[in-house]
Amino acid sequence: MPDVSPFVILFAAVFTNNILLVYFLGMCSFIAVSNTVPTALGLGAAVTFVSVLTAAAGWPVYHLVLVPLGLEYLQFIVFIVLIAALVQFVEMVIERTSQTLYVNLGIFLPLITVNCAILGLCLFMVSWSYGFLQSLAWGAGSGIGWFVAVVALAGLRQKIRFSKVPPALEGAGITIVVAGTMAMAFMGFAGMVAIR
Amino acid sequence: MSEHARNAEPPVMPLALRIKASPSYRTFKAQFWDDNPLFRQILGVCSALAVTNLVKNTLVMCAAVTLVTACSSCLYALIRNATPARTRLLVQMLIIASLVIVVHLFLGAYMFAVSEQIGAYVGLIITNCLVLGRVEAFATKNGPWLSFVDGFAAGCGYSLVLLLVSLPREILGFGSLCGLAAVPESMPRWNIMVMAPAGFFGLAVVIWVCRGLQLRAQASKARPGGK
Repeated sequence: MPDVSPFVILFAAVFTNNILLVYFLGMCSFIAVSNTVPTALGLGAAVTFVSVLTAAAGWPVYHLVLVPLGLEYLQFIVFIVLIAALVQFVEMVIERTSQTLYVNLGIFLPLITVNCAILGLCLFMVSWSYGFLQSLAWGAGSGIGWFVAVVALAGLRQKIRFSKVPPALEGAGITIVVAGTMAMAFMGFAGMVAIR
Repeated sequence: MSEHARNAEPPVMPLALRIKASPSYRTFKAQFWDDNPLFRQILGVCSALAVTNLVKNTLVMCAAVTLVTACSSCLYALIRNATPARTRLLVQMLIIASLVIVVHLFLGAYMFAVSEQIGAYVGLIITNCLVLGRVEAFATKNGPWLSFVDGFAAGCGYSLVLLLVSLPREILGFGSLCGLAAVPESMPRWNIMVMAPAGFFGLAVVIWVCRGLQLRAQASKARPGGK
């Protein structure tokens, strides 16, 4: 287990090791829901919530159930079922508490299940052999990092609507260029902390 | 369906035309170019960016994605009528996850170095929207053979874009091609090409060029008399 303080991991996961801009995870919903800031805020919050829960539940399941039984190769199936169950739970909570957010998120809420950011953070926390608190910090940091990136991109895209974009680059193309520029900006944080 | 189409064709059609008229060919072309998963549907972007800094990793990833997409589409098409609509997502996920486990174990056993580098991204094929998208959009409505062709074509279309992104990244970033020296030592390396932003920009350029070609083809088709 790398001897890194959970606080460092939390900070690193948001800035230097942003799950979206450095590991490219969760791109599909990132491009699809970053049209307006309020939707991005809602989905970002939901993803953050699910990623914290997943890290908190995934670590014990892997280290206390799969490893003692020697079933590590089942990690993919176990993690994806776990994530699906948690997303179902979050969906129920949002439906009860905020009908507008539920309608706005629409299909993207169940799609958090196949958001690779969530599965990715589980696989990374396992392959870097983090302890429980470190995993929790990594989960929370990744969620917040995704949240920050998607909200920033949504803000930029609202401005792009008034610019003249080459027709072949319209829509997803220009969004990827903007994301690349953001990734470059985030490279400015590189080297501040190391978590592996 | 294919039986019917074969009977409907005139008997003296040249082979090239007969291939072009077959449903398999049309399915393949639709996924490979017309509705390419990456530059038309924007599916499966994550891994497209992450593994493209080395051509060798890209090739392994492309083979893995193509195999998983084709096989899971085919397998799901076989049992599509026996699966209740409410539980179909679960069944699809389980098929995909099982195939990914097979690929992951295979890579771990035979290509350990590559597996160490892209292992997590191989696992992430499960959540690659490309795979689930093809199974859900095509294999739920079509037979096993066409579904296999559809998944295979989507995988090939994905591979086409990934290779286009990865070639300049490895050549300019590491000065090599599949690990062999490709440019002279004296030429400075573009470190940025190895890092994250170049993945985004590379993909954007490929999208730009391919979409541009498609738009131009549409425009010249719409106006009789060429450009």
